[in-house]
Amino acid sequence: MTFEELLQVPPYSLGHEEKHALLTERLLELTEHHRDRCPEYRRMLKSVGYDAGSVSGYEDLPFLPVRLFKELSLRSVPQEDVVKTMTSSGTTGQAVSRIYLDRTTSANQQKAMVKIVSDFLGASRLPMIVLDCPSVVKDRNMFSARGAGILGFSIFGARKIYALDDDMHLDREALTAFLEKFQGQDILLFGFTFMVWQHFYKELVRLKEQGVTFDLSRGILIHGGGWKKLASEAVSPQEFHDRLRDVCGIDRVHDYYGMVEQTGCIYMQCECGHLHASVFSDVIMRRPLDFGVCGVGEPGIIQVVSAIPESYPGHSLLTEDEGVLLGEDDCPCGRKGKYFKINGRLKNAEIRGCSDTYAAKFA
Amino acid sequence: MNAEKYLNIFKESFDVDEATAKGLKYQDIPAWDSVGHMSLIAALEDTFDIMMDTDDIIDFNSFEKGKEILAKNYGIEF
Ligand SMILES: [Zn+2]
Repeated sequence: MTFEELLQVPPYSLGHEEKHALLTERLLELTEHHRDRCPEYRRMLKSVGYDAGSVSGYEDLPFLPVRLFKELSLRSVPQEDVVKTMTSSGTTGQAVSRIYLDRTTSANQQKAMVKIVSDFLGASRLPMIVLDCPSVVKDRNMFSARGAGILGFSIFGARKIYALDDDMHLDREALTAFLEKFQGQDILLFGFTFMVWQHFYKELVRLKEQGVTFDLSRGILIHGGGWKKLASEAVSPQEFHDRLRDVCGIDRVHDYYGMVEQTGCIYMQCECGHLHASVFSDVIMRRPLDFGVCGVGEPGIIQVVSAIPESYPGHSLLTEDEGVLLGEDDCPCGRKGKYFKINGRLKNAEIRGCSDTYAAKFA
Repeated sequence: MNAEKYLNIFKESFDVDEATAKGLKYQDIPAWDSVGHMSLIAALEDTFDIMMDTDDIIDFNSFEKGKEILAKNYGIEF
C-alpha cells in the first residue's frame, strides 16, 4: 500500500477495525522497507528477534526509543537524496535528534498535515498571524521544531505576518494594521504554547493596563510544543484558554501534540478538548514495567506510529511522554479513531529506568 | 505581461536567470526549498491578487506546472 492511497481516506473517517487493518499493512511494509535500507535498524530488529510472521497488528511491531535519533544517524536513503534535516529543540548542551528527509517523505508530511488541519479549519486559507519572530525559519538547512511547525502551518495562512520582531517584542503597528485590514474575517493564529504565553499573552495584558486592546474574537489559535515550560508558572490548559479569551476575545483555541521525529502526523485537539489520532498515525499507551498495552483511562508511556517515514526508520517510536487513552471512535465531536490526553514529560529518572528496561528486553 | 510578471517573481525569489527559472523544479536549487516555496506563493498571491488553495500550493512543483495551475484555477492568462 502506498501513502498516496492512504491520503485518499478522510482523516477521521475510519472505525477501529478498518483503521487497524490499513495501518498494520502499511507499517509492516515500512518495517521491511527500513530493514532493507538501514543497517542499524536491521541490526536492531535482529537483536529483538523480530519476525514479521508473528505480527497480528501494529501493536506487535518493535519500537525505537526517540532518543536513539540523538545518538545515531539513522537514514534509509543515500545522503545525496536528503533534502532537509530537521532537529529537535534541545536545550543548550543537550544532544538533538537529527531527522533526514527526502523529497517523498517531506512532501507526504505536508500532505498529511493539510488533510488533518483542514478538517478543523475548513478548506480555505485564512489571513495568518505567526506568534513568533521571523528569524526562527532563517537557517534553512537545519529546521528546529519551531521553524518546522511554523513552516508546516504556513500553508493554511495567507498574507502572513510575524507578530514578534527578532527581539521577541510585539510589533503593535503591524498587528493593528493587519487586524484593520482583515476586520470581520476569520484569522488564523499559530505559535508555540510557551511563546504565545510569554511574548504575546503577557504583552497583551500589559498593554491592556495602558488601555490598548486588540480584538481577536474572530481568531482561531493553533498552538503546540507542550506545557513543560509553563508548568513553573502553573498555567493549566483551561487557564491558558480562559485568560487569552479574557484579554483579546479569542475563543477557538486548539492545542496539538506532535514531534519532530514524526512531523506531519499531528494530533489536533477537538472542540471537546481531546487530542485525536488521524488515519495516518496512532498512539499506543504502554505500561512502564512490561510495555504491555494500557486500557482506557490508564496512564502509560506513549508509543507513536506513523505511516509517513520512508527516508528514516521512525515509523514506530517510544516517546518520553506520558498519556492516557480516553476512548476510541466515540468522541462527542464525531471524529473516529483514538482520543487521548497528555499528562506530561516523563522524569529523567523514569526515562532512564525505561531505557534500561527496554535495553534489557533487547539483550 | 503576466508571463513577464510570473518570470520576474521566479528570478527575484530565487535569484536565478531567465533560462534557469524557466526549467526550474521544486528543490532543484537550495533557494527553492519549503521556505522559498511559501515566499514564492506569497509573492504570486500579492502580484496577481489571488488566494491559492492548499492543494494547488502542494501541486505547484515546477515553473511550468505553476503556470498551468494559475491559468486553469485562477484565470490568469499567459
Ligand atoms: Zn473529539
